[in-house]
Amino acid sequence: MIALTVAALTLREAARRRVLRALAVMTFILLGLSAWGFYRLDAEFGGLTSGEARLAASTVLNLVMFGLSLIAALGTAFLAGPTMAGEIESGTALAVLARPIRRETVLVGKWLGLVVFGSGFVAVAGFAQFLIVWFTMGYWPPGPVTGLALLAAQTTALLTLGLLLSTVISPMASGIVAVGLFGATWIAGVVGGIGQALNNESVARVGAVSRMLLPTDGLWRGAMNAFQDPAMLLSVGMRGHPFMGEAPLTIAYVGWAVVWIALVLGLAAFAFRRRDL
Amino acid sequence: MTAASDTAETLLAELPPAAAVWCSGLRKRYKRRTAVDDVSFTVRRGEVLGLLGPNGAGKTTVIKMLLGLVRPDAGEVLLLGRPARDPKARARVGYLPELFRYQPWLTATEVLDLHVRLAGAAIPDAERRGCLALVGLADRAGDRVGGFSKGMQQRLGLAVALVARPEFVVLDEPTSALDPLGRADVRDLLLSLRAKGVAVLLNSHLIGEVERVCDRVVILDKGRIAASGSLAELLGQRELRLRLDEVGAAAEARLAAAGKLTRDGDAFTVALGDEVAVPDLVADLVGLGVRVHAVEPGRISLEERLLDILRTGNTEEPA
Repeated sequence: MIALTVAALTLREAARRRVLRALAVMTFILLGLSAWGFYRLDAEFGGLTSGEARLAASTVLNLVMFGLSLIAALGTAFLAGPTMAGEIESGTALAVLARPIRRETVLVGKWLGLVVFGSGFVAVAGFAQFLIVWFTMGYWPPGPVTGLALLAAQTTALLTLGLLLSTVISPMASGIVAVGLFGATWIAGVVGGIGQALNNESVARVGAVSRMLLPTDGLWRGAMNAFQDPAMLLSVGMRGHPFMGEAPLTIAYVGWAVVWIALVLGLAAFAFRRRDL
Repeated sequence: MTAASDTAETLLAELPPAAAVWCSGLRKRYKRRTAVDDVSFTVRRGEVLGLLGPNGAGKTTVIKMLLGLVRPDAGEVLLLGRPARDPKARARVGYLPELFRYQPWLTATEVLDLHVRLAGAAIPDAERRGCLALVGLADRAGDRVGGFSKGMQQRLGLAVALVARPEFVVLDEPTSALDPLGRADVRDLLLSLRAKGVAVLLNSHLIGEVERVCDRVVILDKGRIAASGSLAELLGQRELRLRLDEVGAAAEARLAAAGKLTRDGDAFTVALGDEVAVPDLVADLVGLGVRVHAVEPGRISLEERLLDILRTGNTEEPA
């Protein structure tokens, strides 16, 4: 009950602060540019075979979805930081936590609010993007719901990390560290992909290890796999391409991502509970 | 059930309600600095207790430990009869933090609604509005807190502390951002809380404020309790300032008999005992040939007493 109250409060905060407007503007720009791009793609390369056109649409879709996931990651990480650490720093948390409520409940409520916010954003913006590609190039991804769910899971993983960081370090630092780690795992994932393409095991392991430590990149690769044309995997030149998901995610990996999120959230609750305000 | 448990229940029901706060042996260290060391005190129901002390004495840390915001390294706290570890102990507690900030994106009414929900209380709308009116924010109820001045935010903080019908209110520097009129309002508010039987823990630098409204005072210095007691106990008895000349040995003995005597030239100060009648003393002095220029009864102010305690560590009652 209290957790839901706090979740609703977090959503109201997101709606009333400038985060939502900034997010909307960024998304609108990205969607507009991509609509124009897809339209030009279709016009300039009218001579493409339908297979080539699907391949192009699918690659560019993954590229644009990466932009969206970046916006979602930045938006929620920078929302998760201030919402906890900022309230502790400013003193807003004092009056709230002196109420007859558990700190863990407040933390879970905030988390829930942020998850709804992040997932809602991913769902709306992602679906809008699908429609754009559908109208401009006639391409519809094979696993739209799975892909968006994985993208939402990626956002959730990152914002949970942001929440953990914000219980121990300052608001700005927690946002920067979370986004930095997100970028680093993505790069490690790309490096790992190249290693795979070159059959270099030790380089490939970089991606595998980083995907376990922070599952954002793994989830993102699973999402790409759901967005892209299955024919992509057959084309030789695409091996190790940063905007291609080699394989759908295994149940074990999705399970690990869930456990990872639960662990980090638990750790955040533990840190927050022990913290002096 | 059995007769014995019935008796026990009756006995429990007949017990007076537990103190608003009971804390014992509170201790807190931040890295190598001891912030609070062995602090114990009680706030009784319906009592206003003043917490005094210089900056850094540990007052706010003590308050935060009472409310579960800071974990004590040692010691125990009972809030309204429940262990403070249990969040439910805070159900009937109102708190105005020293660092008062409320969600700037909410309106004043929404902040109160939020706190009512968090407190798990059922407070009708009219009462919430009344609470805002009490602190002078009735006409700003629908405005966002982000546009409030410091003083208005502190007034809102008072409303938040009072909205869920508390039995115990903790006010940490409640007038730090208020103008003189606001301070007078807070004083009236404190007196009305006491009249309603609500216990109050008041931390304030404004000693005059404390002296006017507090039943008892706890003075903290360097994390320890330097002195505590009712105002009468702490301030001791009255004193009498006299300007005299031609004071002989007999007259000086007569003055000393009335109470502890200090002399500075022709100015004499006698700390009076309870039974000393000033007119008799003056008559005796005149009888002993003393020329009396001025007789001025007075009382040690809390401020003088506080400074005395903090500067000299003299915690004995002025006799």
